[in-house]
Amino acid sequence: MSDYFELDGTCLTVRLPAEVDHPVSDLIRKESDRIMSDTYIRTMVFDFRQTCFMDSSGIGLLMGRYRALGMRQGCIRAVEVSGHIDRLLHLSGVHRYIEIDKIQEEGKIAWKTPMK
Amino acid sequence: MENTNEMTLIFDSRPVNEGLARVAAASFFTQLNPTLEEVADVKTAVSEAVTNCIIHGYEGKVHKIRMDLRLRGRELFVDITDHGTGIADVKKAMEPLYTTKPEKDRSGMGFTFMEAFMDEVTVESKVGEGTSVHMKKTILR
Repeated sequence: MSDYFELDGTCLTVRLPAEVDHPVSDLIRKESDRIMSDTYIRTMVFDFRQTCFMDSSGIGLLMGRYRALGMRQGCIRAVEVSGHIDRLLHLSGVHRYIEIDKIQEEGKIAWKTPMK
Repeated sequence: MENTNEMTLIFDSRPVNEGLARVAAASFFTQLNPTLEEVADVKTAVSEAVTNCIIHGYEGKVHKIRMDLRLRGRELFVDITDHGTGIADVKKAMEPLYTTKPEKDRSGMGFTFMEAFMDEVTVESKVGEGTSVHMKKTILR
């Protein structure tokens, strides 16, 4: 389980697995509660690089951590977010509370575009 | 003759079976050659309905959940049924962000996601008897 977590000072990074559903969200919530009871955490980064599936349990996880970190602006970041995950974050309204860095989609990289 | 296909899956209300249910549903309708987005939509909707049965219907106790899948032409029908506690106020339960279990970090977005990702969602429920969620989605070509 600790494979998912990386602690750097007061920033806790969670490398989310391929599927973020109810059992996975529960595990991550419990483990991050344990880490937060030992160490002062100021920000959390959720890395969606490997994630291809999520449901509302993942939204609950993000909102729960936002509350646990005192609902401060910028306390939660979602990085490497794919189109599907981004849709869920917007549909649920969570995008208003957390920072989202979308994945750079192939074919949209600026330095590759000149085709003349 | 009408082009139909059906399957039924009955499984224990254990969290580990949420993955089984959504993968089974996704496999079942791949014969319609859906887009990746349509597959993700159905997987999320199935996951929401099954999670509801486990957390709210049976409140963590292990009983059976039934999933009926049916194809009619390019329409997919998904029915997910439990014989758990039932929902007293279905309209309220379907409101975005409404949850009876905020302490468990439930987002209250389950029915909202089902409605967003499927074309039709109806819920039948009786307190003390259980809940049945009926969903329909047309797979475009």
